[in-house]
Amino acid sequence: MTAIFDFASIIVETVADVIPIAATIIGFQVLVIGKPLPNPKQTAVGFIYVILGIAFFLKGLEMTLFPVGELMARQLTSPEFIESQATSEPLTWQSYGWIYLFGACIGFSTTLAEPSLIAVALKAEEISGGAIQAFGLRIAVAVGVAIGLSLGIFRIVTGSPLYLYIVAGYCILMVQTAFAPKLIIGLAYDSGGVTTSTVTVPLITALGLGLASTVPGRDPLIDGFGLIAFASLFPIITVLGYAQLAELLARMRKRSL
Amino acid sequence: MIRIHNRFLQNLVGSVFNLLPILTVILVFQVLVIHQPLENTVNLLGGTFLIIIGLTFFIQGLEIGLFPVGETMATAFAKKGSLTWLMAFSFALGFATTIAEPALIAVADEAARVAGNGGLIDNNKGARIDYALGLRLSVALSVGLALVVGVLRIIRGWPLQHLIMGGYASILLMTAFTPREMIGIAYDSGGVTTSTITVPLVTALGIGLASSIKSRNPLIDGFGLIAFASLTPIIFVMAYGLIV
Repeated sequence: MTAIFDFASIIVETVADVIPIAATIIGFQVLVIGKPLPNPKQTAVGFIYVILGIAFFLKGLEMTLFPVGELMARQLTSPEFIESQATSEPLTWQSYGWIYLFGACIGFSTTLAEPSLIAVALKAEEISGGAIQAFGLRIAVAVGVAIGLSLGIFRIVTGSPLYLYIVAGYCILMVQTAFAPKLIIGLAYDSGGVTTSTVTVPLITALGLGLASTVPGRDPLIDGFGLIAFASLFPIITVLGYAQLAELLARMRKRSL
Repeated sequence: MIRIHNRFLQNLVGSVFNLLPILTVILVFQVLVIHQPLENTVNLLGGTFLIIIGLTFFIQGLEIGLFPVGETMATAFAKKGSLTWLMAFSFALGFATTIAEPALIAVADEAARVAGNGGLIDNNKGARIDYALGLRLSVALSVGLALVVGVLRIIRGWPLQHLIMGGYASILLMTAFTPREMIGIAYDSGGVTTSTITVPLVTALGIGLASSIKSRNPLIDGFGLIAFASLTPIIFVMAYGLIV
């Protein structure tokens, strides 16, 4: 009974998300464009599919990944676990090995299942005529999230200031942007923006706050934030890097012919 | 009808593959690292099934609903040739989808608590609610503006990299002046503004626009709207932290 109630409340929330969007679209369609949508019935079915899809997806996550992920984040960051794994006293940043690995794995795997990234990747494959593979793009993004999260965890463990990493990341990004193939820039920045939504945010928030309250000397309010920023910055770097590498390889191949 | 069924099956198989990495990570960590049996197998199996069904429906809905709507609206506005209305639409879409975004509401409440504890505002309930609402409004405004600028860019053909680099340069500059407590929240706010429903619509809108203007390349010019929508909130939240 509670499961049905839960599910209904998720649907209500998703519908509430859709209402302002639908109102904007219908309002402009009727008042400004002055024509009904070409396929109203199919569009309505599509919206219903999307709402149902998100609701099922979230409910499924609530039953599987969220509790397990949060439990693991708590257990891996608990002082007992860390001390049992530590080989040196006092604890150093190396004592947290499993947490870096967990952050990277959870970042990689949740990004592969992220619905908005799937949407962007599908579109990119379609308009590039298959030159950009949806799956390859998603792997590049997922690798970026994995690197970003491990580095973000390292930052929380060492307590170094967030802005140092972000400033360094932005500088790398600006250099890359200046030299990367123009075709990929928009796509790279867009895929960075969509990595962190439904799936990733709740998990990495739990991980960040858990770590910040366990590691001695960290303030959850200051150090618990920032993981999302890492997870949206590094995918841009890896996607641009991937495109640059592909271009470089193509150029070398041409030269050797 | 048969084709639709095939497409549905194809999406279903794709969803299973999308989910495999998550399952592997859970199992490996549960068994090897934490040494605990899975608590509730029924929930795990049922939940996995729901996720697969959910992803399949979502992708199917994208293909028949969200993508076509974004593209037909872009084409209709391009045909109508009214820049003002297109910009009004972009602003409305950005503002409307952001103001109600649950992730943003959560971040704004958190930010109000941090600001209250840090002494940036009076630490009482009323001041915190005002602060959180103001923050949400400014982020929603910034996303609306981001889409307006992004749409203008597609139409005029401005190079994306210049705008983005300008944006990042101003973020770097503002980081130096923003109160330390606000920096993490500001950076995080950029990641939470683009919801699962907005992303496909906005992507289709940009690509539809770029495809309906002759001298634009959909791949170069069509993407980038979401990039702006994740960049401007950082600037606006920092500005909000500075002003309030």
